Amino acid sequence: MEGADTSGFRVERIDLAGGRSALRFVGELRFRECFDAWGRVRELLAPAPPRLELDVSGLEGMDGGATALLLELRSEAAAAGSDAAIVGAAGRVQSMLELYGGHPRRPSLLAPPATIGILEQIGQETRSLLNESNALDFVGDTLLAGAQAARRPGRVNWRAVPRLMERAGADGIPIVLMINFLVGLVTGFQAALQLEQFGANIFVADLVGLSVTRELAPLMTAIIIAGRSGAAFSAEIGTMRVSEEIDALRTLGLDPFHFLVFPRVLALTLVAPLLTILADVIGILGGLLVAMFSLDLTFHAYLAETEKALDLFDVFSGILKSAVFGLNVALIACQRGLATRGGAEGVGRATTSAVVTSLFAIVVVDAIFTVIFHAFGR
Amino acid sequence: MIEVERLTIGYGERVVLERLDFTIARGQVFAILGGSGCGKSTLLRHLIGLEAPMGGAIRIAGAPPVQEAGPPAYGVLFQSGALFGSMTLAENVALPLRTWTTLDPQAVDTIVRAKLRLVGLEGFENHLPAEISGGMKKRAGIARALALDPPLLFLDEPSAGLDPVSSVELDQLLLTLNRSLGMTTVIVTHELQSIFAVADACIMLDRGARGIIARGHPAELRDHSGDARVRAFFNRLPSAT
Ligand SMILES: Nc1ncnc2c1ncn2[C@@H]1O[C@H](COP(=O)(O)OP(=O)(O)OP(=O)(O)O)[C@@H](O)[C@H]1O
Ligand SMILES: [Mg+2]
Repeated sequence: MEGADTSGFRVERIDLAGGRSALRFVGELRFRECFDAWGRVRELLAPAPPRLELDVSGLEGMDGGATALLLELRSEAAAAGSDAAIVGAAGRVQSMLELYGGHPRRPSLLAPPATIGILEQIGQETRSLLNESNALDFVGDTLLAGAQAARRPGRVNWRAVPRLMERAGADGIPIVLMINFLVGLVTGFQAALQLEQFGANIFVADLVGLSVTRELAPLMTAIIIAGRSGAAFSAEIGTMRVSEEIDALRTLGLDPFHFLVFPRVLALTLVAPLLTILADVIGILGGLLVAMFSLDLTFHAYLAETEKALDLFDVFSGILKSAVFGLNVALIACQRGLATRGGAEGVGRATTSAVVTSLFAIVVVDAIFTVIFHAFGR
Repeated sequence: MIEVERLTIGYGERVVLERLDFTIARGQVFAILGGSGCGKSTLLRHLIGLEAPMGGAIRIAGAPPVQEAGPPAYGVLFQSGALFGSMTLAENVALPLRTWTTLDPQAVDTIVRAKLRLVGLEGFENHLPAEISGGMKKRAGIARALALDPPLLFLDEPSAGLDPVSSVELDQLLLTLNRSLGMTTVIVTHELQSIFAVADACIMLDRGARGIIARGHPAELRDHSGDARVRAFFNRLPSAT
């Protein structure tokens, strides 16, 4: 006779004559307490007897989890070749067994979600970043909807545009100003450190002016827009997707492209250049501050030099670029939003992906512009 | 009005229902019954053209259902309500009216109020969906579905989450719309009372059979069905499966 003794309940194995064995449970079976000892209880099944009785006549009570474990124990014994039965159940124990044992087992309809290792995950993410087949569908759908919108401009929800511009533009001004001011300041400071050695202080204005208007202001502003508006758009549309609001739109005869995508695309394409103009000004101001306080240049000298260094093309190429950045961010964010699957987690994934892909696209577009401008000798 | 022929539907590779055949006559209140998870909502999504079938055909007034931009041919209540979260109830109901009619704002407002009154939501015009209860969302969804007085209405469990009184009032509303406007109504429901009160015909789906296990007038199914699953449903018995 062996036994497993734990708090609250007791189990012992009694080997009887004729190949019969019994596991006798005594006390209260509560899954929280018996769970620790369950490994030991299962060990009592071995060696497998031809006939096994799980005797529960000594039990005063049994909770749901414990009932499930006990039924599983019977199945395990049966699988090990024993003719297993639960005997002696009465009263509350009996009704718990009926409740939990009354349903026939059915196989899972779907395989459990595969757990994947971290390396595989990195691989999958990289592949999904590169191969965006549904992004191509989206481009096709956008063009189609765009053609329809061109024929019937009244279908597009233009009324949403001012509100969206306010959210993406006006509300973003403080952060755009702050970041671009600091960028101008840092650029000016770095330039000053080098140029001072050659006594070429005044060229800080050229350096800051050119790098801010041509690259830094459009780029930083686009990054801020991707983080603010790109994330907001994809989360918003993604949530609408998972709560069937997009489906509801379609049943009302409203095209999600006309109703949601185009107003957002227009809003960002307009807002990005406007913010970039502000960023240009504040960035140059940052450089000016460095020049005045650490290089002893005068306000007028700095501005005059900036004016000499910049021509209209420098400013407009940056602004043009920023419009394309805005267009990009809006399209990517809306595509990710509309492609959202699953619940809250899906929305999170869509948002992350919208921001990451936008940043990637911004850098790629910037590189393309640089090559094109270079080809034209600018 | 609606003809369904050898329709097979599902998600991805997985078939949920197969080889469905039924027709819904103009002016009928048609109930789709069946246990939870048997595919009623899925069938409804196919009937309104949101999903493409795996096989077979659906015809509504002779044409396959497609969701494209244009005045909608039917009103739909989704199981979740699917109200637009950033719009008030009044704006939700007004959206189809503003989009597809040339009514002036005052007329739209009058109609919106009337529709909300119809479902007992007078006074909640300016609430956002997040500020009302589950049953109220359902009713607001019905008001939106009725906004354009569609000749055909699809309702996914309209009375789920409603108290018995509201539920009976809703049945009355549907009956009145059906009798006075001849509105064809397809309704997914579990409410026995509603089924007997409003349905002219019904089909019963089953998850195991992946298809229709009974069809006819609800009273026929209740009194004369030989199928244990159907009897269990109508007599509120626990099923064996
Ligand atoms: N988006 C989805 N992707 C994959 N499978 C789904 C999806 N939605 C539902 N299903 C599956 O389709 C089956 C039918 O679901 P459906 O929502 O149509 O059931 P139902 O009859 O409406 O149930 P209920 O009465 O609970 O609303 C379920 O088994 C479910 O697993
Ligand atoms: Mg459903």
